[in-house]
Amino acid sequence: MSKPIVEMKNVSFHYGDRQALSDVNFIINEGDFIGLVGPNGGGKTTLIKLLLGMEKQTNGTIQLFGQPIHKFKEKNKLSYVSQKANTFNRGFPATVEEVVTMGLTAKLGYFRRLSRQHKKRIYEAVEKVGMTGYLSENIGELSGGQQQRIFIARALVSNPQLIILDEPTVGVDAENVEKFFELLHELNKQNITLLLITHDIGTMTHHASRVACLNKTLHFHGNPNEFQTLSKDQLSDFYGHPLNLVTHEH
Amino acid sequence: MLTNLLEYEFLRNTFLTGIIIGIIAPLLGAFVVVRRLSLIADALSHVTLAGIAFGLLLEKKTGAMLITPFYSGLGFSIIGSVIVERLRRVYTAFQELAIPIILSGGVGLSVIFISMANGFNTDLYNYLFGSVSAVSRHDLYSIIIIAIIVCTVIFLLYKELFLLSFDEEQAVVTGIHAKRIHFVFIVLTALVIAASIRIVGVLLVSALMTLPVAASIRIAKGFKQTIIYAIIYGETAVILGLVSGYYLEIPPGGTIVMLLILLLITTIVTKRVIENLKSRKHRLKTG
Ligand SMILES: Nc1ncnc2c1ncn2[C@@H]1O[C@H](COP(=O)(O)OP(=O)(O)OP(=O)(O)O)[C@@H](O)[C@H]1O
Ligand SMILES: [Mg+2]
Repeated sequence: MSKPIVEMKNVSFHYGDRQALSDVNFIINEGDFIGLVGPNGGGKTTLIKLLLGMEKQTNGTIQLFGQPIHKFKEKNKLSYVSQKANTFNRGFPATVEEVVTMGLTAKLGYFRRLSRQHKKRIYEAVEKVGMTGYLSENIGELSGGQQQRIFIARALVSNPQLIILDEPTVGVDAENVEKFFELLHELNKQNITLLLITHDIGTMTHHASRVACLNKTLHFHGNPNEFQTLSKDQLSDFYGHPLNLVTHEH
Repeated sequence: MLTNLLEYEFLRNTFLTGIIIGIIAPLLGAFVVVRRLSLIADALSHVTLAGIAFGLLLEKKTGAMLITPFYSGLGFSIIGSVIVERLRRVYTAFQELAIPIILSGGVGLSVIFISMANGFNTDLYNYLFGSVSAVSRHDLYSIIIIAIIVCTVIFLLYKELFLLSFDEEQAVVTGIHAKRIHFVFIVLTALVIAASIRIVGVLLVSALMTLPVAASIRIAKGFKQTIIYAIIYGETAVILGLVSGYYLEIPPGGTIVMLLILLLITTIVTKRVIENLKSRKHRLKTG
């Protein structure tokens, strides 16, 4: 039986007095591949910030790997590919190998340096994303899609159980989006749990095991087939509501 | 010069100091540049000037060498780095605002201290533009200690500093103590500036941290290579600059920086030419 990795109960969050999340209940089980969708400003990035401990929820409880989030210290169990991964400073002098190595920082801890085992893991991670020939290239000289792969490799290298990805396919062409999802699918089969934020609903529903829709609260949380049978009206209702119509919930 | 070098202690001190700062300034400079903090070095060097002026004033008024200008400069530089950090946190969206605030504060204080000490003298001139004859044995020892601290900290915190430079958000998520490490980093910068000032002078110290990196970034693959090439550029300029400064009787700050600019231009032009040749070859092959 798969066990829950993430449990959010009645979670809400405010930026100052603007409410970004309201009464969210959300469970991610081991082995899930969850696609998280929702309109701009719906709170997707905020939800992830809570999971990563970058913000603290205003109300409710969050558990990670069975521990309350404020007690959770094993940061190397989860990795994060940020929405900003594709807006980093392209002139930054770092090779692919150096970027992927960064993924081991938490695992190594302070003052520890790379061993031969670690080097091997780095090469394996780069191989998994099919970028072996590029180890000593500068990251800024790769294409957007290739950079995305490198950031996945960086997320993989610490051997995490959960990878959280915030809109990793922005700026990636259709063919590479498809390949990218196949890669994620492959990782998921190797029992890595995935939480993927995307606006690419069509491709996502083919690959994800469950879909969650977030617009301040979680509106739908179930399997992709059901999601696709939601009527057009329901979907555009959910997406189309201007945010200020929903704000009087608290 | 070689015989002079063996003969005069002050020359030996200067050269040893030169060799040391030729390593630590570009080493730290690599992090400073990629974090887009190049101007902070400038701000801190002007605060250091205020500290030096303060030390000169004390020396003059009390006659005693309670704290030498080197140490008062170092102290001000560290205090300045702490204030920069505070200000950066106040103006999170306009972090560069910390720079003009600190820089003008440093110059303002310097002017006050200098006029209280009844004006400009050779000593001050040496601090502004550097000197080949200003490093005492005592200074040299302090600079060696600074170099050991800087190299050890960078060796131990390399991966954290690198991650923080590349991707601050990821660094925070990873659970490293981003704020503390950043703080250590700024203090290191202050130390390196204080150590470099005797040779290159207040006005040009940031050049020694940033220009070698500017040149090496053009040709390096990756960050480690950037550091290595930057040190080679820095060391070359410092040694040649000290020698030529000595013979031409020009403050070494001037010769070192002009050499760095020359190296930078040569690198940019050479790279252009090589790239053009390559693509022409390619065109010939395919066309
Ligand atoms: N740092 C912040 N300070 C104040 N308000 C914020 C901040 N970040 C986000 N918000 C607000 O919180 C709400 C949710 O934002 P969030 O970034 O989580 O949306 P999102 O679902 O990720 O949107 P997108 O699809 O555009 O990435 C928005 O109304 C936004 O204005
Ligand atoms: Mg977002």
